[in-house]
Amino acid sequence: MYLGRVVGCVWATVKHPAMVGQRMLVIQPLTPELQSTGKRLVCLDCTGAGAGEIIYYARGKEASFPFLPAEPPADATVVGIVDTLHVQRAPKAAASRNPVHKKARK
Amino acid sequence: MLIARVIGDLVATQKHASHEGRKILLVQPLNLDGSDRGDAVVAFDAVDAGVGDRVLLVTEGFSAMTAVGRPQSPIDMAVIGFIDGIDLIPGVE
Repeated sequence: MYLGRVVGCVWATVKHPAMVGQRMLVIQPLTPELQSTGKRLVCLDCTGAGAGEIIYYARGKEASFPFLPAEPPADATVVGIVDTLHVQRAPKAAASRNPVHKKARK
Repeated sequence: MLIARVIGDLVATQKHASHEGRKILLVQPLNLDGSDRGDAVVAFDAVDAGVGDRVLLVTEGFSAMTAVGRPQSPIDMAVIGFIDGIDLIPGVE
């Protein structure tokens, strides 16, 4: 899944019958530091997320599973609203922790 | 599967019912030299991983759902193991 923020919503009158009644949101992907990253996309919604909320969304076939037995042809769905994030990135110097061991040439 | 490091976790009250009772981790995919590979992602935990652990990450729905034990659930990423070490043959960068 990926982090994102709700930045808008989409209406469509004519759409696939399985998508009738589903909300569609415009999502801006975010980094854990809540900076925007990448391009915006349209997601279905199974949580009732509102404008400005931080959410996480699933991509791929799994995006249609919240709506079973209906199978809307969606490739991204908001599946949770984030309450809190705890981020503890190691300092850059610690990037050498657990290094890759290259075998010495014999 | 990807090599990744657990950098945090996430709390969500309002979420899909099949996500309840499972830890949600923030995971940063890594290159072989330990540098960041793209943006961090949200993954479910199948092995009780914690912050700072270097782990194995699956990024495909079926494997993630199977690992977490929630079939037909909207889960597309899961942490499925701890990495103890990586050996590369000489000359591979």
